[in-house]
Amino acid sequence: MSEQNTNLSEYIPDVPEHNGFHKVVLELGVANHPGVMSHICGLFARRAFNVEGILCMPVGTGETSRIWLLIFEDERLSKMIKQVEKLEDVLYVKQHAGEHPVFGRLDEFFQ
Amino acid sequence: MYQMTGADLIVKLLERQGINTIAGVPGGAALPMYDALSKSEQIHHVLCRHEQGAGFIAQGMARVSGRPEVCLASSGPGATNLITAIADAKLDSIPMIALTGQVPLSMIGTDAFQEVDTYGLTIPITKHNFLVRSAKELLTAVPSAFRIAMSDRPGPVLIDVPKDVQNQMVSFDEFPDVVVPDAAPSFDIAAIEEAARMIEAAERPVLYLGGGVIHSGAAHMAVTLAEQASLPTTMTLMALGAMPMDHPLSLGMLGMHGARYTNYVLEEADLLICVGARFDDRAIGKTAEFCPNAKIIHIDIDRSELHKVKNAHVAIAGDVGQVLSELLPRVKPQLRKRWLSHVESLKGRFPLAMPGVDNPRSPYGLIHAVASCLDDSAIITSDVGQHQMWVAQAYPFRRSRQWLNSGGLGTMGFGFPAAIGAALAAPDRTVVCFSGDGSLKMNIQEMATAAQENVNVKIVLMNNQSLGLVHQQQNLFYGKRIMASRYERPTDFLKIADGFGMRAVDLDPAPNPRATLAEALSTPGPCLIHATIDPNEFVYPMVPPGAANSEMIG
Repeated sequence: MSEQNTNLSEYIPDVPEHNGFHKVVLELGVANHPGVMSHICGLFARRAFNVEGILCMPVGTGETSRIWLLIFEDERLSKMIKQVEKLEDVLYVKQHAGEHPVFGRLDEFFQ
Repeated sequence: MYQMTGADLIVKLLERQGINTIAGVPGGAALPMYDALSKSEQIHHVLCRHEQGAGFIAQGMARVSGRPEVCLASSGPGATNLITAIADAKLDSIPMIALTGQVPLSMIGTDAFQEVDTYGLTIPITKHNFLVRSAKELLTAVPSAFRIAMSDRPGPVLIDVPKDVQNQMVSFDEFPDVVVPDAAPSFDIAAIEEAARMIEAAERPVLYLGGGVIHSGAAHMAVTLAEQASLPTTMTLMALGAMPMDHPLSLGMLGMHGARYTNYVLEEADLLICVGARFDDRAIGKTAEFCPNAKIIHIDIDRSELHKVKNAHVAIAGDVGQVLSELLPRVKPQLRKRWLSHVESLKGRFPLAMPGVDNPRSPYGLIHAVASCLDDSAIITSDVGQHQMWVAQAYPFRRSRQWLNSGGLGTMGFGFPAAIGAALAAPDRTVVCFSGDGSLKMNIQEMATAAQENVNVKIVLMNNQSLGLVHQQQNLFYGKRIMASRYERPTDFLKIADGFGMRAVDLDPAPNPRATLAEALSTPGPCLIHATIDPNEFVYPMVPPGAANSEMIG
């Protein structure tokens, strides 16, 4: 009995490596009120999904805002987008190529 | 034109939404809401002894009624005490509204007395949450909370209301409409047709039902699908009762403590039809080795569950009931004699062993003795641990919403307050809470609530003076080094029940435990039924955590 038991073990999975080298830009339409950014950033932070850049400004009359996220794509991206889409305050999510110009002109502020 | 305070408006909106019972604990920042409740003739407030108890009582009501139910707490510790019950509701997709008082708006962020960032704390454990900044906002926030809690995949919604917002006067012309769930997402008929073709072509299909079948009220359709296409059917912990356990197609529960034959049947499947389940690790074991030869059809209302753990060959995002009603007429009746007789032979060779089933002083025997005193109308709740798994394996569940337990979060302390909630929602039924001595102590203060409300709740306490499942795992996986899983000093539960004003009976000294049990279960009102069990009884079979389901022990 004890011999058999010593062979038993729990299996605890390793942390998978997420090697994302390919940049992606996400465009989110969101409701504009306090707390929305916390909801969105919390989803990425919990999964250690690295957000490289964030831009957010109100649009139109200020009822809604647009958030631009610059992230490194890995195999979890499509699952991540589905989680973001589920948030009540997120109206839409669009995926753009990493070369999207929205972050391009910001270099001078980060010299 | 109506004019009233925010607190009165909250109570009116709850009444209009059909709320008759609220579980809560008052406190400074919730006092205006309590004052408003004192004027309500419709709402019965159940005073709990701890906010976590209130949260689980609301959950118990919601799990029985299928609609959002409400718990109420004050700011600071009141809100933090609710958190476990909210997180539990999130993981099991239970519609619930948590209302919390908050310090006045002007004091938020100043570390005021009993201030905590309830909104921030509850972001990851709610489906959505609100920090209401004016009484007028309540006109949209409260109905939205109900709509969100019960639409699509249900879940908990928290509304945090600062005290000055509760006191603020608001005028408005019309009450907002009573909200109903949003229409479920539309789905692609072509995918349904593909699913029907796959079911027809499969030689060894298995139907895998999850809690979504219960939430959707679709158990009868799932059973019809199984019968029409001759599908052996397994259920997750959350779906037990969707198909009667004694149905010839039932394989019982799958996973870590499923019967050997159940996991072997899944191993051989060439098609897995997953309906309202989410491939949880306790159910599927090592992901890569679960149903290794099976194509997968996955039906779930939550798109983010599709392809999350296992890639599906056909994935349908829709309400389980609506999808099944489209699928049923497209599925050809089949007999599948070869597959069913093979399943039957696996069942004969590797059945669920239930040692001691005839002895009411052993775990399986006690569960069977309880079941034989009750009919299908009884509601069964459990806490978390060995007793929960024994009940899940052995109790003859035969209908939806008969079985309430904490599946996802696995919260010890769930069972008893949830049973109180169930009894409040269904006062004509007998509610039995199977518990362990570890779990029961985690919300034992609600004995006072049960006695006060005189609910028809019977606790069947399997007392092994230990944290049984921890004890079991230390025995099996940690070289029998027993650390912190045995209670050195016995607790006199009979005296505790007596102290709270709750009847108690002890099966240990009873010359005829079946007769004592039957008498206790049939006498109305709350009662603790105590039974000592052997701490060296283990739950078998068991898949070691993280291992493949085929690697069962015992």
